[in-house]
Amino acid sequence: MTAPAGADALSRYTFPAADCSRIPYGMYRDPDVFELEQERIFRGPIWNYLALEAEIPNPGDYRLIEVGDTPVIVNRARDGSLHALVNRCSHRGAEVQRNLHGNTKVHTCCYHQWSFDLTGKLIGVPFQKGIKGVGGLPADFDKACHNLQRLRVETMNGAIFGTFCEETPPLEEYLGPVFTHQVKRLFHKPVKVLGYQRQRIFGNWKLYTDNLRDPNHGGLLHMFQITFGIARLSGTGGARVDADGKHNLSWAAQGGRTDQDGASDGGYAGTDRGDMNIKLKDPSLLRYYKEFPDNLTLAVTSLFANAALQQIGNTLAVRQLRPRSADEFEIVSTFFGYEDDDEAMTRHRLRKANLAGPAGLVSMEDGEAVELVHRAIVRDMDKHSIVEFGGRGPVTDQENLISDVPMRGFWIYYCKLMGIRAGETA
Amino acid sequence: MNAICGISPEMHLEVTMLFEEYGRLLDADRLEDWTTLFLPDCLYEIISRENVEQNLPLSLMLCDSRDMLDDRVYSLREANVFNIHYDCHIIGPVRVTAQDGMWTATAAYSLFQSIQAGETRLFSVGRYHAELKRVDGVLRIAKMRVLVDTGAILTLLATPI
Repeated sequence: MTAPAGADALSRYTFPAADCSRIPYGMYRDPDVFELEQERIFRGPIWNYLALEAEIPNPGDYRLIEVGDTPVIVNRARDGSLHALVNRCSHRGAEVQRNLHGNTKVHTCCYHQWSFDLTGKLIGVPFQKGIKGVGGLPADFDKACHNLQRLRVETMNGAIFGTFCEETPPLEEYLGPVFTHQVKRLFHKPVKVLGYQRQRIFGNWKLYTDNLRDPNHGGLLHMFQITFGIARLSGTGGARVDADGKHNLSWAAQGGRTDQDGASDGGYAGTDRGDMNIKLKDPSLLRYYKEFPDNLTLAVTSLFANAALQQIGNTLAVRQLRPRSADEFEIVSTFFGYEDDDEAMTRHRLRKANLAGPAGLVSMEDGEAVELVHRAIVRDMDKHSIVEFGGRGPVTDQENLISDVPMRGFWIYYCKLMGIRAGETA
Repeated sequence: MNAICGISPEMHLEVTMLFEEYGRLLDADRLEDWTTLFLPDCLYEIISRENVEQNLPLSLMLCDSRDMLDDRVYSLREANVFNIHYDCHIIGPVRVTAQDGMWTATAAYSLFQSIQAGETRLFSVGRYHAELKRVDGVLRIAKMRVLVDTGAILTLLATPI
């Protein structure tokens, strides 16, 4: 065995604190780290979110996605079973399926017409035996050894997950009870896909997963809700994590305490931000129709490592993170409602989608924040960013929003999979 | 008269001038003036080709009234943080047709974004599909659907297309 590409990259950087309250910049910029992540994270013992069953309801339906930076076909075979196949011909390595989505009986590579069934089995090689005994493949060529590479697949309430790794525990165990509940909560009945949004961000993908686990930035960077008096950091909210700390739920609820600290500035002293008490001309955008048994009005569930499930009021979506290089990633969001939504509810969800995504009134800033960090950390790779809101030490549930503790949870698990010993040297 | 779509050169010129005004106001960051080109019950929508071709209704931006459009602009001014940039819209020739007092107009566009240090990128290409109406003698936008080919938004989409 040779060491994987980039294995020596890890020796270049130091995590001085075992609780990951310091993160070296190099982890976000080093291409060798990115290479290693493909093996140890995205092809490691994790479940990657792939697609929704509602996107491929019929036998033969397929969609192209990416797991890490690997192109993958997700499809439904004739017997209704779901499969995830690396979209790379076993012959010359070409992309087999070129359409982003569709329905087919077989996936045929255009290069030399090798064809694969919907389970990835190689079923056709033109001129395998040549013509009249001339040309063709050697007699001992065994098609059965040249299927498309398969991912192991599991589903939960219509959400499809895949893993490259044999050691990955069962999905429900990987999610743990809190996050199994979150997946089942959002997908508690059949969904109807409303459409896609895509966003290319020129920064490292982990700056985005950090951002998802940083409730503290919500009321400081995203000022739409504060400006228009809808929510504030001192409102009811918090974060939940699983036993490993790798997944995170950022939540906010209606009702409950507001301005508990009684500070007249709401905690925004020394900034030019704060509640401006300005009213929207059309506040219908902000209406929330309660549709879950709990009181959560915001629930963003980040699953290690490539997914976020989103409830922002009645805006529901699942985001898939597709890293392209150390310096670029794409977010593909699938927005949905439920099959039994009436026309008015669908309309409401479509209007409310204005809050989320690359043009989201609440969320557009995330793209800018990631790029601001990524640009500025170009040098001094062994300097560190600070993760101390909510305190140091163990990663636990947070009963307020002034915290970035879940970010440390991500990094502790990340270090474990990458083989980084955090806090060993100072 | 244009035999193909029953549009006089004067009408064509008027629509062309409206599109010029539309792009000019956006590029000059006069967003509050830009919204006055729309009727009170207008629709403004930016939607990806990917969704249109799959008959999926989700937009990137959707304002179904002038009020909602004004709110969007107000939010950009007061609340949102986005990449500091300058827009440059290149709007192609406009094709106009008329029926029952409603004019429809389509045009291709390219939108370039430049940053403070003078670096430019092609931000978005696509097509405008507009429905225009004359109200009190002035041509105004009843409906503007921006069909973007560039569905993978670069960084973020703050200022309108």
